Order: sequence, then C-alpha cells, then structure tokens
Amino acid sequence: MTPKEGQVRIPSGCAIAAVISREGNRMTGERIIEAMKPMHDRSNGLGGGFAAYGIYPEYRDFYALHFFFDSRDTRKTCEAYLKERFEIYKAERIPTRKLPQITDEPMIWRYFVAPLQSVLRDLQLDEKEFVVRTVMHINTSMKGAYIFSSGKNMGTFKAVGFPEDVGVYYRLDEYEGYAWTAHGRYPTNTPGWWGGAHPFTLLDYSVVHNGEISSYDANRRYIEMFGYKCTLQTDTEVITYILDYLIRRQELTLSEAASVIAAPFWSTIEGKTDLEDKRKHIYLRTLFPSLLITGPFSIVLGFDGGLMALNDRLKLRSMVVGEKDDKVFVASEEAAIRVMEPDAGNLYAPAGGEPVIIRVKEGAY
Amino acid sequence: MGVEYLTPEYEVIRNENRCIACGVCVRQCANEVHAFLEGTEKIISDDAKCVDCQRCVSLCPTHALKIVKNDCRLRENANWDNDTIREVYKQANSGGVLLSSMGNPKPLPVYWDKILINASQVTNPPIDPLREPMETRVFLGKRPQKVERGADGKLRCELLPMIELSMPIMFSAMSYGSISYNAHASLARAAQALGICYNTGEGGLHEDFYAYGDNTIVQVASGRFGVHENYLEAARAIEIKMGQGAKPGIGGHLPGSKIVGDVSRTRMIPEGSDAITPAPHHDIYPIEDLRQLVFSLKDATDYRKPVIVKVAAVHNIAAIASGIARSGADVIAIDGFRGGTGAAPTRIRDNVGIPIELALAAVDQRLRDEGIRNDVSLVVGGSVRSASDVVKAIALGADACYIATAALLALGCHLCRTCQSGKCNWGIATQRPDLVKRLNPDVGSERLVHLMDAWRHEIKELMGGMGINSVEALRGNRLMLRGVGLTEKELQILGIAHAGE
Amino acid sequence: MKRVYVNEAWCLGCHLCEYNCAFANSGLQDMATALKGKPIYPRIHIEGSDAITYAVSCRHCTDPICVKSCIAGAIRKRDGVVRIDQTKCVGCLTCVLVCPYGALSPNENGVMQKCELCLQNSCGEPACVTGCPNRAIVYEEREEDA
Repeated sequence: MTPKEGQVRIPSGCAIAAVISREGNRMTGERIIEAMKPMHDRSNGLGGGFAAYGIYPEYRDFYALHFFFDSRDTRKTCEAYLKERFEIYKAERIPTRKLPQITDEPMIWRYFVAPLQSVLRDLQLDEKEFVVRTVMHINTSMKGAYIFSSGKNMGTFKAVGFPEDVGVYYRLDEYEGYAWTAHGRYPTNTPGWWGGAHPFTLLDYSVVHNGEISSYDANRRYIEMFGYKCTLQTDTEVITYILDYLIRRQELTLSEAASVIAAPFWSTIEGKTDLEDKRKHIYLRTLFPSLLITGPFSIVLGFDGGLMALNDRLKLRSMVVGEKDDKVFVASEEAAIRVMEPDAGNLYAPAGGEPVIIRVKEGAY
Repeated sequence: MGVEYLTPEYEVIRNENRCIACGVCVRQCANEVHAFLEGTEKIISDDAKCVDCQRCVSLCPTHALKIVKNDCRLRENANWDNDTIREVYKQANSGGVLLSSMGNPKPLPVYWDKILINASQVTNPPIDPLREPMETRVFLGKRPQKVERGADGKLRCELLPMIELSMPIMFSAMSYGSISYNAHASLARAAQALGICYNTGEGGLHEDFYAYGDNTIVQVASGRFGVHENYLEAARAIEIKMGQGAKPGIGGHLPGSKIVGDVSRTRMIPEGSDAITPAPHHDIYPIEDLRQLVFSLKDATDYRKPVIVKVAAVHNIAAIASGIARSGADVIAIDGFRGGTGAAPTRIRDNVGIPIELALAAVDQRLRDEGIRNDVSLVVGGSVRSASDVVKAIALGADACYIATAALLALGCHLCRTCQSGKCNWGIATQRPDLVKRLNPDVGSERLVHLMDAWRHEIKELMGGMGINSVEALRGNRLMLRGVGLTEKELQILGIAHAGE
Repeated sequence: MKRVYVNEAWCLGCHLCEYNCAFANSGLQDMATALKGKPIYPRIHIEGSDAITYAVSCRHCTDPICVKSCIAGAIRKRDGVVRIDQTKCVGCLTCVLVCPYGALSPNENGVMQKCELCLQNSCGEPACVTGCPNRAIVYEEREEDA
C-alpha cells in the first residue's frame, strides 16, 4: 500500500507566487490564479493552494478555522470538542465549484471562533497559544479531522490538483484580499493528500515553499521540544512552526528570524564592520543553531499585514521580485510576475539569505 | 615459580637475507626482545618479551622484521578459547586481577558500522565543499531559553560562556603521568593550531602548558590531583570526571614508578607515591552533591568557564544525563564502553558499560523529550574512529566528539595495549626519559593536525553530499541515517529507520 | 643555504642515519644487498653516550679549515657546499687532523669522503634527514648562515 502523507517524508519541487498591495487595496484571487498558469510544469497535479489575507473583514475578530473532515461523524465529534473551548460565531461549508479535475473531495468547512475566556483563565494561556494547542491536538489526535487554516481575517484554500484548477474550485474570484500567496506542488512519491498541499499555516502565518531542506530532521527534532508536532513530515510544516516559534514566541523581528534560518556564513559575519550587527548575528547563530535551514528553499511567509520572501543562503532555488505602483510581486519565475502585471518593474533576484519584507501601511489592513 | 604454562603470544620473524645487523631493533626495544648474540653480528629475538608494538618493524631499514601471532595453539575449544585459558594461567601464576589497557577489543557490535549516511539525488543538490563554503564551527554550552531585549528594543546579545571549536572534535582526557610530557605537548600544540581543545585528564597541568589555556579543558577528578586556583583559571572549560568508559565504576591507580619529577610536581603528590584515584568522588554520593561541585567550580572561576560533567555510558544513562543537565552543568560528556585507558582491570574493561551509539541516541532523545536539550551540549567519545563516525554521532544528536585513541594512533601508538607496563616504545605511555624523547612534539603535533585536517575534509565531503553546508544542520538530523542489519529494538533506540525505508 | 642540523634533544641514537647514508652513497638499489655483511662507511656519525646522542656530519663551514689544509687541493667549497674530489685525494689524513667536527673519514679504499648533502647521489634530499624517525636531523636554512 502506498503510504499516506505524514507516514513518510516526501521531497517535492514546486512553484510559488505572491502579490501584495502596500496600500492595502484588495484584489480578487483571479490574478494570482493566472500567475500559476505559466509555471504549470513546476507542479504535477498533486497539490495546489492559496493563502489570502484580508478576506474576512466582517469576521476579523474571530479565528477562521478551515477544516477537512472525512465524515459527518468526525465533524460532529470535532464540533463538540470545539464547543467546549470556543464560542462558535459561524459554521459553514466552504463554497466550491464542481470541477472534473478535482476529485476525492473531503468535507470542507470553516468555523469563525473565539476562545472562551473562562477556559483561557483556567489554562493560564494566552489566546494564540491556546489556538495553537487546539490545532495541534485536533491534527494529531482526531483521526479524520484536519485544520488547515487558523488565522484571523485570512484563509488558506488547498487541494489535490493543479493550482489553477484549485483556485477555480474554491471560487477564489469571489474573495478579495490585500495579499495572496500561491503554491503548485511536485511531490515525488505520494498520491498527494489535501492536507499536505501548501500553503501550510498556523495562526495567521502561512508559508509557501519551493525546495527540499536538508536540515529537516535537525529542525524538526528541535522544534518538537516546544510543543509543535510535525505530523506531515513536510518542509513547509516545519518552516512554519520555526517561524511561529521565532516570531511569536521568541518575539524576534522578521529580519532577525531570517538571520536565524538563513544565517550568514561565519566568514561573512566575521567580515562585518558594523560591530553591533556582527554581535547580533553571532548571538542569533549561537543561540539557535538547530534552526538554521540548509538545502534549497525559497519561501514566502504571509502574516497579518505583510509578506516576507526569503531564499536559502546559497540561493539554490529561483525566486524573483518585482513591483508596480502599490503592488509587489514574488514568484519562482519572472513569467508569473509578467502575467500578473506585464509592466512590473524593478525586477531582481534577491540574494541568498536576504529577506524581502513588504508591509501594508499601518491602518490599511 | 616454575613453568608458567604461557607460550609466547607473538613470534618475531627475522628475514636473515635482509637483516643487515644494524642493531636498530636492539636499541629501540624497551622490552629487550632483540639482542646481539654475544661476540657476533647476529641478532636473536626473545619472543616471550614481545608485546607486538611494532616499533622494530617500523624502524627496520630493510624491512627484515615482522611480528606474527604465534600459531602454537592449544587444542581447539569453542567454549574455552585460547585467550580465556591464558588468562586462567596468568591468574594462577600471579593471584592478581588481570590488567589491560586501551579499549575493549572484544567482538561486540559496533553500531557505527551498521549505520549508513544519506546523499542528495535529484530533488536536492549535493554541495561541493571545494566550491561552496562549508561550516564546521560549533559552540558548546548552555543556551538561554528566551531571547532578551534591552529597554531600547535591541537584542541583548549576551551569551553564557561557551567553548568555541573550529570543528566538532576535541582530544579527550589523558593525564600527564599516564602519557608523557611530549604527548601532552603534541596535543596542546595541535589543539591550538586547530582551534579545538585538548583535555588534561586528571593529572594536573604542567606549567609549560598554561600558554595553551584557551585550548585546554582541565579535569577535576575524584583524586583532585593538581587541582588549584591557577589550574582552573588557566582553562577554557572545567571537566568533572565522574567516570570513564573503559572502567565505569572504578577509579584509577598510577603506580609510584610513574610519579617522577614533573609528574609528581604537577599532580601535587610526593615522588614515588602511588596515585590512587577513588572510584567515587567522596563529596558526591547523590546528584545534589554534583550540583554543589558544579557551582563550587563556577564560583571559583567567576562563572567564566563552562563546566563539563563526564560520565561513562552505563545502563540508565538517559536518566543520569537528565540529572546532570539539571545540575547546572553546561556540557555532558559521555564515554562509551569501547573507550581507551592507560590501565584497567580486564574484566571491567571488557564487560562493563554500553555502546556509545545507543547511549548517545537515548540521551539526546530523553533530553529533547524533557525539553532540556538546550540546557546542555553533548560530547561523546569511546571509540570514535573516523570522520564518518563523527558524522554519524552528530546526526544522532551529539554536539561534538571526543577522540583519544585515534589521536594516540596519530602519535605513533600501535595499540599493543600494554600501556600499563610503562615501557611504551613510542614515547607516549611512559615516563622513562629515553623513551619519552622518542616522541618529538614537532612531529606529533603536525601529525595530529594532519589527521584532523583530513577528517575535516571528509566531514565536509559527507555533509556536502547530504546537501548540508553547516554542521548545525546535521546535529540530531537522524533522517540522514539508516540502519543495516539491526533489529526493530535497536532501530527504535537509535531513532533511525532501516535502509530501504 | 640549506644545511643539515641536528637537534640532540630528539636524537635517539638509533644509528639509522649512518645506514641510510651508507646506502644512499652505495649507488645500489636495495639496502640489504648494499650493506649486508659488510662494514659501513657513513659520512654521518652518531656520537655521545647513553645519556645523550647526536649525529655529526660536515658543517660546511664558512671558512673551512679542511680546504686550506688539503695538500692535494682535493677539497673545495663550491656553491656553499664543501666537496671533495676523490680522484685528487692522496689519503694523507691531514683533513681528519684539522676538522674540529670529525666530519671527514676514509672510505673502504682509504680515500677520504664527507657529507656533500646528497647532492652527488640520487636522493634529492639528504638521506639522513628523510630517514630520521624523530626529526632530530633537519635540512633547513637558518639565520646564522645568511
């Protein structure tokens, strides 16, 4: 029997793309779907997905939990579990379009929820940590239920299929967001599973990733010390948890977090003339050696109010950035950017380990 | 004593056609195996005295000599093998505990040899260390749990004292006394040249080597030989020796004949007195006492030196390590049952302790399960024989390896395992001045540097093949390992999958 | 100018240098064939007692007294190396008398010979140096010669 996702480690190649409006102008999903078309050959139809920010403004105070269920019973059990912990503001099926290219669908639901304050007080946990623990619990212990999106005012949509079909299937033309990321997957040895498609998310962090990291098990075994459970055995999952750990729990800035996972070489650090910067890099590398990510990767991290694009420190995967007016584009190939915006300018390939951080202006998201 | 029943273990074979009677063998053998037949140019050999150290073989300019195992055998018996019977004879002759040295030579499993390393193909590029940077630097010590920022929001880049190594290898503890001044000089100089550390062992630090302090780990063992304020101050780090892989649960005994001159001064004990290392630290009976010693040493050095606690790999090593990690130690060093020694009771060397590979895997996992892996670094030793053993150890979870036997081999040791005799023909495990001078530290340190340079290259090649360009990303990366011919249980303890999975 | 120097701290008195020297200057391929059963005539000698030993060979003096005293004009210093023209040597042993180091000695035919740094044979580098097991004999340039 072919092993399921999570039972084996699956290396995969990929295509990524992203767009963001610095002014917070909202765009439908059509443009990002188009961007994936010229990169069709970078995927093999075994996974595609999108993350969109700013799509649920009317529910912005609630965590939007997107679920895959294998059966109605599972959903009932899971709902009962949620009710003990959260106020469920709204529960509904995520609307989809039937397509011949997308088959074997699970039940796809979303819940807008707020943690019960009494429960938080009992557990002495802050809200985000509580949501993280809930997600970890459901994804590891509740067979047949899987939360694939858990942030506020954002959502992930993913499936087994080519990304351009997945976008149509989820009716992304009907959503409007200020930032979008997209992913097409080329897994090498699995039939593909809906939950295994990208983006991978935790809270409002979403990661699309192209590459195969060689540091995987070193990173995984480290991050699992802090309550994270890598159930999917994918790079994207572990990268998401690392970023959550560094940014939310260690309260590092984005660029500091980038300096941990794509740390400059010691020789580069030693050559730095800015002594404060040098000390900072020595400190971060010494403190978090096990969170250095090696091997090829290009990632786009989505978060509340922005995106960060980052390559591995040797730049072993392609990634280009371009801009036009208020919009910034990131993609594995320039062709994808040209589809989104034929007149995009300032095109460049960021150096290995050089984070490109784009934020929406304050108050516009 | 009449007849001892012991036939010589080795036979010295001299090719008379090639022997030019230069007498190098005669002059070089401290065991006095070779001699000129009186009044002639002919050299004869007494097989019974030969320990198979191969000094004569190596120096013979015409390659006229070889040492072979004596094929005079007792009647074959799968239960009572030759060595077992010889040991009975020896004990019946002497009435004593059998002594041996260096590591356990028994054919027990070597897990390193049953673990294979991964390489990248197609989905991920291998990295060529000759073209791309490849990093081997490591820092050993305790890491704070939380990043701290000052009032200005900037990171407070303060770290606890750590040991920085240019590569994840250190020379393990060997005391001055058990090995010679020149052996220590070679180790100290090589450690400095390489940017790594060597370890004084329990015999104190000779005043000539204070200059190498930044590359020196000083040991505090149960005998407290040579321990004083300046000794602690001189070091990069301090190691509390609780046990040794070759002889867990027992102390040591350096005979008075080796406590001469500088050895006596450095150990701070009278010349000619036996140096008896007690089995336990008599101020450490339970774990809480260890904590007191750790902090006494830190207090004594103003919290500027990391403290290493070294233990032998024994059955419940994971629990022991967990206790040590909570004792304030910065580094745990674990010594496996195949580790070397200058002298140990044979029965203990060959039957006590567990393999380092299993101990390492168990400890690393336990510390992670308990969430305290960052509180300590792990250093493992006990027969790390090559660069690939180092790579496997790191992938299993070690921060660095201790090597000693390999270092001695680089200095000329031929593993004859008779260190306890004090007549080391290679100038290593001896205090006899005429033998000590055989090890020129210029040569010794150069050979150690060569060995480590070679290993560093090999480590880089292996890492590059896996697509890893820094040793940090290899540490604990067990997915890079696969077992061959191991049982489910062994794989489970090692935390690795079987080849083909 | 590179010379052969000996550091007595590391000289083990093993006499290998003498045999390596004799073999190097034998012109033969195999040491056993060259030296077996014969007395050897090396150009380097181990001196000393049980307590200390050291190898002695020609120092290639700045102002060599052997050159001045040779009655046959057989010893010359060329390119910093004191050499002997064995065809001119008459075997008078004057050089032996004057050399403060005892660096000259007769060969099996009574003709004088001395260390010429293995420049006259095919060793490339002095055989005593390459064969010394403890790097007690070195071939190097030192300040004092400059």
